[in-house]
Amino acid sequence: MSRNESGAVASGSLARRPEQGGRSGHAVDEHRATQPAARLAGDSKPFIAVKNVWQQYGDQVVLERLDLSVAEGEFCTLVGASGCGKSTFLRLLLGQERPSRGEILLDGAPIAHEPDASRGVVFQRYSVFPHLTVLDNVALGLELPNAPLLGRLLGGAKRRARDEAAAMLEKVGLGHALAKYPAQLSGGMQQRLAIAQALVMKPRVLLLDEPFGALDPGIRKDMHALLLELWNETRLTVFMVTHDLTEGFTLGTRILVFDKPRLDPHAPGAYGARVTYDIPLNEDRRAARAAVETLPSHVAGSLQPALQGA
Amino acid sequence: MRLINRHPGRPGWMMLAILPFALLLMLYLGSSAQRLAENPRDKLLPSMQQMADAVERMAFTPDKRSGDYLLWQDTLASLKRLGMGLGIAALAGLCLGVLAGTLPLFGAALSPLLTVLSMVPPLAILPILFIVFGLDELSKVMLIVIGITPVLARDLEQQARQLPAELLIKAQTLGANTWTLILRVVLPQLLPRLLIALRLVLGSAWLFLIAAEAIASTDGLGYRIFLVRRYLSMDVILPYVAWITLLAWAMDYALRRLTRTLFPWYEGAKA
Repeated sequence: MSRNESGAVASGSLARRPEQGGRSGHAVDEHRATQPAARLAGDSKPFIAVKNVWQQYGDQVVLERLDLSVAEGEFCTLVGASGCGKSTFLRLLLGQERPSRGEILLDGAPIAHEPDASRGVVFQRYSVFPHLTVLDNVALGLELPNAPLLGRLLGGAKRRARDEAAAMLEKVGLGHALAKYPAQLSGGMQQRLAIAQALVMKPRVLLLDEPFGALDPGIRKDMHALLLELWNETRLTVFMVTHDLTEGFTLGTRILVFDKPRLDPHAPGAYGARVTYDIPLNEDRRAARAAVETLPSHVAGSLQPALQGA
Repeated sequence: MRLINRHPGRPGWMMLAILPFALLLMLYLGSSAQRLAENPRDKLLPSMQQMADAVERMAFTPDKRSGDYLLWQDTLASLKRLGMGLGIAALAGLCLGVLAGTLPLFGAALSPLLTVLSMVPPLAILPILFIVFGLDELSKVMLIVIGITPVLARDLEQQARQLPAELLIKAQTLGANTWTLILRVVLPQLLPRLLIALRLVLGSAWLFLIAAEAIASTDGLGYRIFLVRRYLSMDVILPYVAWITLLAWAMDYALRRLTRTLFPWYEGAKA
């Protein structure tokens, strides 16, 4: 991957701002950056807008001048070398960290600076609660928002939450394991559980931090199929960090490559990473989804009953 | 074969486990018989028969003066103090530990305090407890509470800190507020560790109990041991010590079983 600036600009990936010394490439960049959004949603207002975001810890600049707009329903895969700020970017989206500079807008409003129910997350490890059964792990998400005092629902409400959780688990293929504890499940099953747990909240954004990094290749394929199926059924916007380039290319409708365009060998922390390549992928899936979204909602609803139900 | 690779079989394991006990017992019985042969009135190493007589006297014969069965009365009094002390300390330790380990604002205020408090030797402040709380039950229970609460709190704080940050974030994305996060995620995961911590401080709790009873009490296992010391009644002291050991072991065993019954997920989740 080219490390010099002109190479990065030539790739048409840096959505550079003019006042930051952009060269003639800037018009092209702007066009490229907004293109996927326009094609997908048909309007210019992005669902997620990242505006000139910097993140630094002390002297160490991790991300610099990050500008992105992402349309709703996009499946973004984030790839890049280790330590290039992919996971940092994910933490910013999650609200786990606050950007040092710049802002991130979700649907036009600044995102909350702490994790909340609008953004679901699946980590590589420790995503599920070891002390709860599979069923309770998923039902928890239905109980917590509705029981601010007890943290649990009672009677009929509890039964309804458990039924809904069981239906969700059935969908991810865990219907047979409702009473088990996570420690009794395989790694792949645990990640299925983590995904079910996140999706039962019907978040608008799903953040995946190398969710399948610890899984066998065969299991990974199954998980890809499951994830795409669930993505197809919902209007979910997905950000997925992965080290597996193939995974990034096959799953995403857009791949974001994080890299440091400038590197000072004497001060490795002086410059941060940016998105050096921003490539739309899998046109067919993208188009199919865009087509569904242009339909009137009652038609789309009857075509995809799970769109509202999941 | 190297020693490190040699494992006892099941019967061998039993034999090896019993062996040290058997050796100690034989050593005692031998020395006791020898001393008693030289001087039948020797009190230092009483024979099994003498100890059985003492147990008969203490446990199954009403006391001449009060009409009580002393061993049972002592046991009841001691266990009551120990139970109250452990219960209060567990509750306080759990609250402090969860607050300090989960909420950074509370942790900043509580952690250094707990560290310093746990360094205060509890027996050194026993006189203060007697002055403040008087010589009755309260000061003895308080000694146990003050002695083990900081230890429990620090242990639980540590354990709460070691909960993966991912779980706390995940709970927030599932709609938890601070209170429900503690209630449904932190607390249930710390309870088995509380039981384990309790097992570890059981020894200290007994130590504080017996110390307090020895100094100011009118009943209790520790009181009795120190009382009969005046008459060199080893025939009473030794069975009492064995009884205390048995009680402590039974409590430890019960806590271990309780952990397994109440928290079946815990063993698997550690891996």
